[in-house]
Amino acid sequence: MSVVIIGNGIAGSTAARSIRRHSNAEIIMISEETEYPFSRTALMYIFMGHMKWDHTLLFEKSFWKKNKIQLIHAKVNRIDTSTSCITLSGGENLSYDQLIIATGSNPVIPEQHWIALRGVQCLYHRADLIQLEARAQCGIRHAVIAGGGLIGIELAEMLHSRGIPTTFLVRENSYWGNVLPEEESFMISRHIRSMGIDLKTEEEIDRVEGLTDVQAVITKKGEKINCDFVGITMGVHPQKKLAVEAGIECNIGILVDEYLRTSDEKIFAIGDCAELRRPAQGRRAVEAVWFCGRTMGTIAAANICGQRKQYKQGIWFNAAKFFNIEYHVYGYVPVRDDTTESLFWMDDAGIRSIRLVYDKQSCKILGFNLMGIRYRHELCEFWIENQTNLREVVTHLPLANFDPEFSDSFEIEILQKYNQQFNDQAFLLADRRLDDVAKYIRQKQMQ
Amino acid sequence: MNEPTLALVNPEYHGLSRIADRAAWALIISGMGIVLIYWLGNYQTYSVLTFLLSMVLITTGALWLYLLRYRRIPAGIQNNGIWHDGFTSRGIAGWILSLVLTGFYIILYWFPHVIGYGENGNSGLVKLFDPLSYFLKGSRASQWFVYGVLYTWTILLMGVRFIIKYRHVKYQQWRTLSVIFFQVIFAFLLPEELTSLNLPFNDFKNIWPLNYYFFFSWHIDEMILHGTFGYFVLFWGIICVVVLTPVLTYFFGKRWYCSWVCGCGGLAETAGDPFRHLSSSTLRSWKVERWLIHFILIWVVLMTVMVLFTGWTGRAEFLFLNSYKLSQWYGFLIGSAFSGVIGVGFYPLMGSRVWCRFGCPMAAILGVWQRKASRFRITSNGGQCISCGNCSTYCEMGIDVKSYAQKGQDIVRASCVGCGICSAVCPRGVLRLENASVDIHQRGEIIRHNKI
Repeated sequence: MSVVIIGNGIAGSTAARSIRRHSNAEIIMISEETEYPFSRTALMYIFMGHMKWDHTLLFEKSFWKKNKIQLIHAKVNRIDTSTSCITLSGGENLSYDQLIIATGSNPVIPEQHWIALRGVQCLYHRADLIQLEARAQCGIRHAVIAGGGLIGIELAEMLHSRGIPTTFLVRENSYWGNVLPEEESFMISRHIRSMGIDLKTEEEIDRVEGLTDVQAVITKKGEKINCDFVGITMGVHPQKKLAVEAGIECNIGILVDEYLRTSDEKIFAIGDCAELRRPAQGRRAVEAVWFCGRTMGTIAAANICGQRKQYKQGIWFNAAKFFNIEYHVYGYVPVRDDTTESLFWMDDAGIRSIRLVYDKQSCKILGFNLMGIRYRHELCEFWIENQTNLREVVTHLPLANFDPEFSDSFEIEILQKYNQQFNDQAFLLADRRLDDVAKYIRQKQMQ
Repeated sequence: MNEPTLALVNPEYHGLSRIADRAAWALIISGMGIVLIYWLGNYQTYSVLTFLLSMVLITTGALWLYLLRYRRIPAGIQNNGIWHDGFTSRGIAGWILSLVLTGFYIILYWFPHVIGYGENGNSGLVKLFDPLSYFLKGSRASQWFVYGVLYTWTILLMGVRFIIKYRHVKYQQWRTLSVIFFQVIFAFLLPEELTSLNLPFNDFKNIWPLNYYFFFSWHIDEMILHGTFGYFVLFWGIICVVVLTPVLTYFFGKRWYCSWVCGCGGLAETAGDPFRHLSSSTLRSWKVERWLIHFILIWVVLMTVMVLFTGWTGRAEFLFLNSYKLSQWYGFLIGSAFSGVIGVGFYPLMGSRVWCRFGCPMAAILGVWQRKASRFRITSNGGQCISCGNCSTYCEMGIDVKSYAQKGQDIVRASCVGCGICSAVCPRGVLRLENASVDIHQRGEIIRHNKI
């Protein structure tokens, strides 16, 4: 059997690795971007001088040869579904028994003529990083970032690390206000400003001025910001061009069933470029997140190796870092939802917070939102999955803590909030120990 | 809501603070200048003032510099520009520093007269330290006293820097306070105090086989000569090897020694911190590490057995082994050249743990315990790893932490000294040092059991 994978991101690479674990199939992974798979999320650290390029490779270069996974550094021009064959940019044809499309995303770029000005760019591919580095070498006096998602703040942190004055335009009235609950969103907004970033809320680019190089940004509110760099970070959308041209059924992304199979039986689509035909309730059909890509990679691999496994979106989780504040979310954490309520605690410095979201009527735990504090994934998921009562969670909260040893503990504060809110006199029933976590979960299962 | 635009703050420091930076450097350099002039001028005057002046200048300058530098930056990971700076990325400055350090060790070990140590009286650098030596133990300084002072003082100053740098991670602060304490009290003050009381020099935390001469007959004879105290030293030394090492390693991993107590570890963690990312994390270097460190472990064990055999029977030779040759070469190649010259001299080229990783037989033994009988492990938090590589880059022992974390595995490696930096630099908070009896497979079983 011959499996061809288009795209060497985390989805494609995981698929390749998982197939190799189950089978002796011939595996070919093709990428237009780089020779060896790397971690896209680490690009920022290269610019910031934390790491060099080689540190960001997913595996040592020899790994792929050792595992008999053939890497091809080329562009795929065409998929021919009738002959089960793809054409590379060099004109070479490769036939496949199973094909995985893992082409990832492309940044959203506004269709404006000024996008071609020198100094205007996105941050997504490795080429973007090289372009940014070249620009920074020439000296950036003032930068504007348009679009307030995760890539936006990463770009802000990168520019900040080089001492480049930066204006950050976000559409909402606070950073990531469409995803984070208000308190957290304002917390991060304050943190961004405390770093010396000029965060402008409810602002967007109207147009960019300049002849060959960018000279100024005019915002929707009419402000003119002189600058010599503009970062466009308005989100990403699935890269589905190859699939569309091959006649594979697409919508926003490449449509796939529970087995991650596209409308063509021999072709799978995974990662950012895939769109689920039947997403789980309350979940999006396209989830352009590292973890989803990785899980999809293992599921597609299992199906190719004949195991028939369904992709389940499971309990949502995500993590990020906003300058110095780490962010973790498990389960359902809405910006606003009247059927839910939450226990919320924030420290005095405003750089750490814990939010437990629960159902207003039943008091069952629904989600955790954490800033500057680490919680154990397995336990949070266990609690959410088993619809645990809030009181049970709050009294056992130390078990969930994943901060380094000797770290300050905030479980008691949450408990006090709980006691206040529910007029209760609950007390902590657990300690921060991994052994106890295992014991606790086992005990709960017995019941 | 319409928020006011804040005045732009340029995050890079300019103007006054840069002048303050330079002033701090000026203090450090003038302090070092005094030391250098005293050394190269080969002065022979006993001068308390010169000694104090140089020490105070360097100390104040260094502390001022750290306070300035880190006060400007909010608490968090401070790795910006590490790979852009030649000093910390094997640039020319790094190579020069490495040459200077290597040269200093060569002089120290084999040509002490160059720094002014004389049979009949000191001059130059060693002379400069005479006042402190007389103050502490009532006799003149030796090259080893000078080395001890510089070593302790470096750990102290760079330790303060480390504590400020990682002021948001309590584990790092406690650990650093601990290595500073053990260095100042157990490795420096206590032994010097013992000599002044006419007792044999002894560092109570220097455990065999790191202290490779512990079972040498001259050492045992010397201890026996000193009666009760000597017997206590021997008894304690054996307890350390037989009881303390396995028991503490079982509960906490080898970190209890390597990154909380040990002097070599102490220097690596503090003075070596700017270079920790230079340790290679390739599979090849791991292989070299395993061969080399276990070879040295076997050597030190063989040597010790042979030396005891010679002490017992009076015979130096057994089969093709000669106890004198074994220990002579070990002292020269491992005790001096590897642990000192290469161990510290190569910080700016191969990272801060060259000796601990490739050479230290104590680390090898602790590693075996850690691998086979310890609760210590680093766990990864669910599926949150984004394979960014910060953990592997900043692992001073060159462990490819990422390769485990991205698979969600526990990290149980013989070489891990439990410094906890992987956990600190992880931008997704994925890693945690734990002492636990359940491993990831058991935890997985428990969770899966729940799902059925």
